[in-house]
Formats: sequence, C-alpha cells, structure tokens
Amino acid sequence: MTPDPAIRAEGLTKRYGDTLAVDGLSFVLPRGATWGLLGGNGAGKSTTIAMLLGLLVPSAGRVTVLGHDMARDRFAALARMNFSSPYVALPHRLSVAENLRVYAHLYDVPRAGTRIAELAEALQLNEILDRPAGQLSAGQKTRVALAKALVNRPELLLLDEPTASLDPDTGDWVRSWLERYQAESGCAILLASHNMAEVERLCGHVLMMKRGRIVDQGSPADLAARFGRDNLEDVFLDIARNRSAAGAKIGESTA
Amino acid sequence: MRASLRRVWGLCYRHLALYRRSWPRLLELMYWPILQMLVWGFVTAYLAGLQQNTASVAAGILLGGVLLWEVALRSQMGFAITFLEEIWSRNLGHIFVSPLRPGELVAGLMTMATLRMLVGVLPAVALAWALYGFGLFRMGPVVVLFFAALMLMGWAVALGVTAMILRHGAGAEPLAWSVLFGLTPFACVFYPLSTLPVALQWVAQAIPAAHVFEGMRAALTEGRIDGYHLGMAFGLDLLWLLVLGRVFRAQFEAARRSGALLTIGE
Repeated sequence: MTPDPAIRAEGLTKRYGDTLAVDGLSFVLPRGATWGLLGGNGAGKSTTIAMLLGLLVPSAGRVTVLGHDMARDRFAALARMNFSSPYVALPHRLSVAENLRVYAHLYDVPRAGTRIAELAEALQLNEILDRPAGQLSAGQKTRVALAKALVNRPELLLLDEPTASLDPDTGDWVRSWLERYQAESGCAILLASHNMAEVERLCGHVLMMKRGRIVDQGSPADLAARFGRDNLEDVFLDIARNRSAAGAKIGESTA
Repeated sequence: MRASLRRVWGLCYRHLALYRRSWPRLLELMYWPILQMLVWGFVTAYLAGLQQNTASVAAGILLGGVLLWEVALRSQMGFAITFLEEIWSRNLGHIFVSPLRPGELVAGLMTMATLRMLVGVLPAVALAWALYGFGLFRMGPVVVLFFAALMLMGWAVALGVTAMILRHGAGAEPLAWSVLFGLTPFACVFYPLSTLPVALQWVAQAIPAAHVFEGMRAALTEGRIDGYHLGMAFGLDLLWLLVLGRVFRAQFEAARRSGALLTIGE
C-alpha cells in the first residue's frame, strides 16, 4: 500500500476580510522529498505554513499531513512533524539542554536523554548545552532550533528561512547537514526561503507563490529552462516583476 | 494518559527551570503576600490594642481574610502570568505547534499557578503565626477547602483573562494583575456580606469568594463549618470554570481563525 503523502493540500484558502492571503492552493508533497516554497514578501508563504501547522484555520480547503486531517486530527499529525523558524524563539533564560528537554517532554520522546545526546553530537552542541539560549550566536541558535525541530524524529519538517541571518560559512554547514540528514532519515522537508542558491541546492521541486497562488512549479532546473534563465534567482525576479526573459534582456541592455 | 501527563510536565518543567535559574523571581512570588500580611497584621495589632484584647477575634478575621484572599489572587496571577511568560519569550508558536492539547496547556498552567501560590502564600502564613500569633490552620482542616475553593475561583478568572489576551493581545495584559482586585469589594473579604447594600449582596452571592469568607468568619467566630456557604462556593466555582473554560476554548479557536496566535505578542 502506498503511504499517505507528507502533505496533501486541496484548495487551501485563507481570507482576512477582503484580503485573500492564500487562494486555492493545491499540492502534494511526497514522503521523503524536499520541496521549496518561494515567493516575495506577502506572497502567502507564512500563511500557508501556519495553516499546514494547524496554527491557522483555513477559510476553505483541506490539509492532510501524513494522512491526518488537520481540521479533525491535528495533534496526531503534530506529534509526527516539527517546525523551525528563526522568528520563533526558544526561552532565552533556559539552557540549551533544558530547552531540548522541554520539547522532548512535549513530544513524548522516548529515552529523551539519549536523543538529546545524539542531537548534541550531530549538531555540535555539546559545548553549549549548559549555556542559556539567549546568550548564543545566530549560528548556534540555528543549530539549537534545528535540534529542537528534530527531537521527535519528524517524518515531516517545515523550515522557515533556516539560514536567515547566518554567515555564508555557517549557512553552508547547515545546508550540508540538512542534505545529509534528509538522505539518512527519509524525512520530507518543506522549505520556505528567500535564498535561491539554497533552494536550488536542497530542493527537488519548487512551488513559486505570488499573491497567494502557486503561479508555477517544477524542479529548479526545469523552471530555469522554462523561463530561459540560468538560475532560480532570475526566475524569481521574472515572476515577481511580471517580466519575461526577453523583456529582461531588453531592460538590462537599455539600463 | 501517560503521554498527556508528560506533556503537562514538559510545560511545568519549562517554568520550573526558569525559577531555578532566578532567585529574584522566587522572592517576588513571596514579596506581596508577606507585605500585605505585615500591613494588615500591624493594623489588627493596633485595633486589638485599642480594644485591650490582644487575642481579638476581629484581628483573626482581618488576617485570615488577607491570607486567604492572597490564595485567590496568587492562583489567578500565577495562571495568567505563566501564560504571559510564553508570549514574552516568543515561545508560544513552538508551544502551539507541539502536540500539547489546549486542555493540557490549561492543566500545566493550573499546576504552575498552584506551585506559585503555595510558594507565595505559605511563608506569609508562617510569618503571621510567628509575628502575630495568628494560626490560619487553627480553623481546622476546613481551611484546606477554603484554599481549594479560592484556587478554583482564581483559575476560573484566569481562564477569562487568558481568553481576553488571546482576543486582544498585549493590550489585555494588565488584566492579569488587576482584574481580581476589582472583585475585592464584592468578595466580602473583610466584612460580612450583610454589610453590602441589598443590590450588591446579589452580586456578592454570585462570587465564590464571598461564600468562602462567610464560611471563614463562621469558623473563626463560632467554631463551626458552614456547609451552605462551602457548598455554594464550590458550586459557583464549577459554574465559573465551565463558563470561562468555554470562553477560553472559544477564544482559542477564534484566534486560530483570525491568525491572532501568530501575532499575539506584538
């Protein structure tokens, strides 16, 4: 029997008064795949992620995560998934180890001590386990946030700009680590990012969002080929600015 | 069940770790109950002196009222402030996308409120005995029931306050400190219910604390347990918890629809 996909979104819509933040989004993220969710500010990425996490109730449409309907059975799904974002903090006054223990309890992780030790080893946290989370550098905070997101061995990981504000070296370390982890664990990942190089490197498939809709999708190479571009960044700009490759060339030559 | 208890413990552990790291936070819990007890203790000592009767019953009623009212205040504040701690640390997003159910969140907040109340009130009770010779527990085991009834009322009010915070965000935070003080005149902490004008007596009758304090006065002055007031206190507690629990649940779901859970700390 084919396992349920990691995410199945059908006609997902979110309306705030007259504003349509997400408009009829439909996609199926298969198990074990890494997909990117791209779009400019206000495209609807964060709203979409909030609905996938059950933080926000859709105005219309349906989401199932790992076979669980998020409208009726979200806690069963939440136990099997996790989330990381630099915009949601961990308690600053608690040490790294205490923070991880809190989430090991909340996710009912068996043998929590062993799991935390494994994560500390894998994400190079051993030296900072006793330090308050508020005293960490941006890179250290990102690694701790990843450890929190992996504490329950999630089958689905939602990452919102995981390398935002990191220096290139640390960002590259995190990307390499995520590649390795995904290959080893078979976990599905949905990655929202503004870093096009990161998306090209990590994602096999990309959903391009604009004004709450998916306006295009495909592998980074397919999208670049379809738009006549060399990279995803130019595709992103074409979509954001409603321009074609030819139009862009004219614009560039007359600039 | 085991998983559910573990999630509740996870929430409590997060807050206990916070207190373990910060003795000023612990001290703050004790500060106001002790201060209140000292002020009212001296007032009652003065009044008792005027009456040439250091073992005045009035003294006991005032001090008993202060100490028991602190149970309700600290329970309500403990619940609401523990919730606010999650907002202030910008951790609410992680909490709400974890498998912690709303009922488990409430159970964790109630547990923390109880611990905070005990840490705050018990030293004041001990000091009242040491400084003024007033033993709250001389009323007998019924004092445990008074504690319980006031705790339940504090939690019920806190559910309402937390619902307001979910609806109105940071603008409703001051309610966490102020709302129960507004009920003090009708709770009949320091005077019998019959002292109030008749119209206000109806208001007081609907407040669990007013029945607890009527019961406390019966225990201190007549040495008897007033079953009617005790029953009314617990009955009203149940009603308040049911109504305000539903309000909390409704506001939580409304916040999920409106997106308020994403912006609550802003």
